[in-house]
Amino acid sequence: MTIQAESAPPASAAEPRVGLGRRIQRVLHAQPILGPVLVLVAALLVFSIISPSRFASAETVILILRQTAPIAVLAIGQTIIILTAGIDLSVGAIMVLSMITMAKLNAEQGVPGPLALLIGFVVGLACGAVNGLLVTRLRLPPFIVTLGTFSIFFAINLLYSKSATIRGTDMSGVLNFLGDGVDIGGTFITYGIVLMLALFALMAYVLRNTPWGRHVYAVGDDIEAARLSGIRVTRVLLSVYLVAGLLCAVAAWVLIGRVGSASPQSGQTENLASITAVVLGGTSLFGGRGLVLGTLIGALVVTTFSVGLGIAGVDQQWQLLVTGLLVIGAVTLDQWIRRVKI
Amino acid sequence: MSASVVTAPVLTARGLVKRYGSVTALSGADFDLMPGEILGVIGDNGAGKSTLIKCLTGAEIADEGEVRLDDQPVRFANPLAARAAGIETVYQSLAVCPSLDIAANLFLGRERLKKGVLGTVFRQLDHKGMREEAASQLSSLGVLTVQNMNQAVETLSGGQRQAVAVSRAGAFGSRLVVMDEPTAALGVKESNRVLGLIRSIRDRGIPVVLISHNMPHVFEVADRIHIQRLGRRVAVVTPATHTMSDAVAIMTGAMEPPTT
Repeated sequence: MTIQAESAPPASAAEPRVGLGRRIQRVLHAQPILGPVLVLVAALLVFSIISPSRFASAETVILILRQTAPIAVLAIGQTIIILTAGIDLSVGAIMVLSMITMAKLNAEQGVPGPLALLIGFVVGLACGAVNGLLVTRLRLPPFIVTLGTFSIFFAINLLYSKSATIRGTDMSGVLNFLGDGVDIGGTFITYGIVLMLALFALMAYVLRNTPWGRHVYAVGDDIEAARLSGIRVTRVLLSVYLVAGLLCAVAAWVLIGRVGSASPQSGQTENLASITAVVLGGTSLFGGRGLVLGTLIGALVVTTFSVGLGIAGVDQQWQLLVTGLLVIGAVTLDQWIRRVKI
Repeated sequence: MSASVVTAPVLTARGLVKRYGSVTALSGADFDLMPGEILGVIGDNGAGKSTLIKCLTGAEIADEGEVRLDDQPVRFANPLAARAAGIETVYQSLAVCPSLDIAANLFLGRERLKKGVLGTVFRQLDHKGMREEAASQLSSLGVLTVQNMNQAVETLSGGQRQAVAVSRAGAFGSRLVVMDEPTAALGVKESNRVLGLIRSIRDRGIPVVLISHNMPHVFEVADRIHIQRLGRRVAVVTPATHTMSDAVAIMTGAMEPPTT
């Protein structure tokens, strides 16, 4: 029995006439992050050409990063759930519930900022635990579980907040901290951006270099094989929902810093935006394949289009339409890459 | 029973009974695996082969009866417990993750961590160590020509995937290896390679239980053959004393099992 290297040989003279399409397909299969990166670079170039003076600037880059931060942090949690072949439709609701909790406790009930923040994190964890337990103990499909919990978490948020927005100026410094930042050579980099990048680096490390990360992929790839290989599948799934819940609460903190207030009406579009970012980043909705750094690129693509089209003076409705086209394009590309013949 | 003085069996079972509702899958089955042998397990559909193996590897728990490993009574609550005791199983489904690479699959569920702080605090996988160990395992079983442990298992052929699964069992099975229909999905050439692998595991001193429908394969490699019929062991024959048609006749009830 021999196991031979069957990876694509370099398209050299030895290989007779490999079509350009096939070659691109192979390269993208070997380097799945390349697709999203190319889309991002292309988008940045196109918008720089359309609005040279106003888009191509350091401020725009920072604006894109700042706008991306809350969705991107949510999308980290979404990524690990999708890697296990699940999906979480409730991330936006968990975020807004955690946000309202920390904001209201601090601004209206006199709880010190750090403690309010901590309680907000606990709320995120608890919501993640609810999702995780329903998925693992009752063995309900994640789609249905989180469709239900989305409404539940969102309703609790509306009931608790009485639908009233809480201003950032009423909250203590800790909660607004991520809106602050440092001035580096005239560009203002918020701590929210720094935290987002740090979280991506951390999750990329964990997924690639720890047994837990490997088990996340294995569970999404083939859950039965993972179980027979001795992976505690239930525990992995539960932990993924817990981590995602916590990340939603972190995203809530980032969002307060970004917006400067806590609105119980936010978080509704972020659900789908987080899934969009994951899909654009090249992670497969069927589980087991993808990179969290792809999600960062995917989130940046979404914001780049929204900021770019905004600067170019295009209507909001068109931005939405373009995002939709991007998602369908990304999934089509993904399917095409997966059909690669090696 | 004087045989136990000469060589003690590695794994034995006595009087295993397993019922699923009104269906009795095992009705007092016995089982013996001797050191250093390949034991074929054959039987018609519904004879209880799979249930017997499941009860031995912790996938099912027998309602009655006793299993002994190295003469110690054991009761495996799940496949993990059996694995911890040194019993490795190659499932028909192979239990490999297609998008993970060869080394990752070999160490799936028992990854190695780096030494020192990187491993204990940062839980960092020992990628290099596992790749090297995977390469050495595969080459020691004669499975390897090109050393590319980073290759995703989905890029391998059916036989090569089988080889990865078998190598994993061979690498970690310290007491015995169980293989469920390892050649079922393979062509002639690839089947022969897998049979060769089974022999090389036996030659390392690890006994192998081979469950198969394929009589020629069983007769080619097995030292002894356990014949299962109607939920119990009806005979143990050897390729030297019985022909394939004898075995089939005993299996189907057309021939009286030899009295031992």
